[in-house]
Amino acid sequence: MTTTVFDVDALLADRSRNVIVCCGSGGVGKTTTAAALAVRAADQGRRVVVLTIDPARRLAQAMGLHELDNAPRRVAGVGGTNGKDGHGGLLDAAMLDMKSTFDELIVNHARPDKARQILANPVYQTLSSSFAGTQEYMAMERLGQLLAEAESTGSHDLIIVDTPPSRSALDFLDAPDRLASFLDGRFVRLLAAPTRGPLRLLTAGFSAVTSTLTKLLGSQLLADVSSLAASLDTVFGGFRARAEKTYAVLQRPSTGFVVVATPDRDALREASYFTRRLAEERMPLVGLVLNRMATSVAPLDLDRTRITLAGLPEGTSDSEPAGLDLTRRLLRLHAEHSTVRTAQQAQADRFAAAHLDLPTAFVPGLPSDVHDLDGLRLVGAALAGDTLMTSV
Amino acid sequence: MTTLDHVPADVDKPKAATPRLHVVTGKGGVGKTTVAAALAMSLCEGGRRVLLCEVEGRAGIARLFDADTLPYAETRVARPGRPRPGELYALPINPGAALEEYLADYLHLGPATRALDKVGALDFVTTVAPGLRDVVLGGKVYEATRRRNAGTRSSRHAGQAPTYAYDAVVLDAPPTGRIARFLGAPGEVAGLARKGPIHAQAESIVAMLTSSTTVAHMVTLAEEMPVQEAMDGIAELRAAGIAVGSVIVNARRPAWLDPDTELGRPAVGGVVQALAVAGLPERQVEVIADGLLVEGRRHLERLRLEERLVADITGLGVPMWELPWLAEGIDSGSLQVLAARLCTYVGDGVPVGAA
Repeated sequence: MTTTVFDVDALLADRSRNVIVCCGSGGVGKTTTAAALAVRAADQGRRVVVLTIDPARRLAQAMGLHELDNAPRRVAGVGGTNGKDGHGGLLDAAMLDMKSTFDELIVNHARPDKARQILANPVYQTLSSSFAGTQEYMAMERLGQLLAEAESTGSHDLIIVDTPPSRSALDFLDAPDRLASFLDGRFVRLLAAPTRGPLRLLTAGFSAVTSTLTKLLGSQLLADVSSLAASLDTVFGGFRARAEKTYAVLQRPSTGFVVVATPDRDALREASYFTRRLAEERMPLVGLVLNRMATSVAPLDLDRTRITLAGLPEGTSDSEPAGLDLTRRLLRLHAEHSTVRTAQQAQADRFAAAHLDLPTAFVPGLPSDVHDLDGLRLVGAALAGDTLMTSV
Repeated sequence: MTTLDHVPADVDKPKAATPRLHVVTGKGGVGKTTVAAALAMSLCEGGRRVLLCEVEGRAGIARLFDADTLPYAETRVARPGRPRPGELYALPINPGAALEEYLADYLHLGPATRALDKVGALDFVTTVAPGLRDVVLGGKVYEATRRRNAGTRSSRHAGQAPTYAYDAVVLDAPPTGRIARFLGAPGEVAGLARKGPIHAQAESIVAMLTSSTTVAHMVTLAEEMPVQEAMDGIAELRAAGIAVGSVIVNARRPAWLDPDTELGRPAVGGVVQALAVAGLPERQVEVIADGLLVEGRRHLERLRLEERLVADITGLGVPMWELPWLAEGIDSGSLQVLAARLCTYVGDGVPVGAA
């Protein structure tokens, strides 16, 4: 089965796209893919900002990211004057600092005294750093901010977003709602409800619940939650509404989703769920990237490899001609590669059969992780189908 | 890496008893759940009964045992080992359900918890106090580990302590990014309630984790990021006073070449000759030989990297266990293969002590 080729260069050159989101489950090479796309786009003349989430130390250093820093920093050695309209391309990179992003949200939308109160609240501090969903929510929030800035100042014409590494690719779509649901949730609203006036009656039967919770959590914690819920309520019209606004950005035709996976059952299962969800949410999916493809260089299929191995003379190691043992080992190595490639191809074919016409790019597995710009350029070339390494 | 100056040098050495609680962690994506299941199976050897727990709400364990989902109950999923099969039980621990149980059993709040659930308070609690959630999860594991059988009348007469319900408990724990917080939660929770059942529970959990009852296993791949996280994770575990019993390098591919193999131009001739003897057509032999050598060079590069990573691991002074990469993927059959390999390290249900 032949899959449609993912024309990555065409995507990167398309000026009507200004947001590319890379998604997929953890451990499939999303950050490397996002960074490689960003470098390639900048080299080809786009003014790019890439938002990374959790890059490996050395890759982060290669991009000039020494610490969590929400502000985009220029990546040296990328870009140039290849742009069709004469602009130089450029690349700015940022690492998501979810706590700062959350703090900024509060500061920008609340009166100073209220903001101070919220930032000092211990429950806020827990939420802003360890709630499962904060990272995804803040990635979306940051995307919204970068996009607004790019569109109003013309600072960038392409934003590439890496998504948080999570156990499920769907977390990226579901998690923002989780935070919104929590803060707008039934129980939190009840806690924030007034204890005086007519509404007080609604909360009367509630006291048994709160006394149980007080035994469990301590009165201070419960008071902290009430006060946080009450403050946040007045800060802006609901987290949910805000989450929906950023969702809308994801649904625009100027956004493109790239699903990243590896050619194995678990990663492709996640990619499959994700692909279906994107279709349901009417979010534009533009391609699939399959990383860590096994490659063969010698043009010899598995059957012929086996036949050749069988055709090698048996001999004891003292009397063997020099190259015989080496050849035997190389053929066995080659046979392993062929077996892996066959299995990978079967997985890729199964996925393609379920998701027809999803353009796919195959990226060879590399002996080591990508640590520098040269490595990112190699990956970018492979993504664009532009290198001998992809001959499989 | 963090400094380990303040950690006693013998923190990894086995103390008096045999460990019975095995905490399996590692970077996400290295095969932690598979390895935890295989370890649990290997510990069943000799007719033993083992419980495999999972605390992050993933369906991974069910799939390994060919089930769609598993209920929130200790369910027998396999009878591994011959000639005397042991019993492997599985328990996916659900924080909401565990909290309900906790409220009923320890705070005697049975009916009240239903009211709590109706207003969304249970979900709320596990969210707003993640430390509390982790204590409740940890509490389930703690209880299962120390649970004893009722004992027969004759054994009680003889003054024998009742046997343990489970000979071993294996925890498929949160990944390295979250494990320190999970295991540290009982310590932090002291701030929530200075006394009372939760505080006592938290203290017992900490005591068990830092005793000879517990041993941690760090799963990794022979790749840079997983190994880096493994090393950082081991430092964190040791700092918390938890013994690290092994680093398990998963999915090891075979080495087909010796590291000092000569693969430059001089090697071509020999390979060309051998391929010709094996019957490959003359016009193809050179191209194929060149291709095989390129593959060989990449393989050597890979092997050298792995060698460096293995040296980093062994430098930690923790026993290194290896599991093979399996071409056919992971299913209940391949789980047996991995379990058999782990038996060689784990012995007759008794883990080999730290070096």
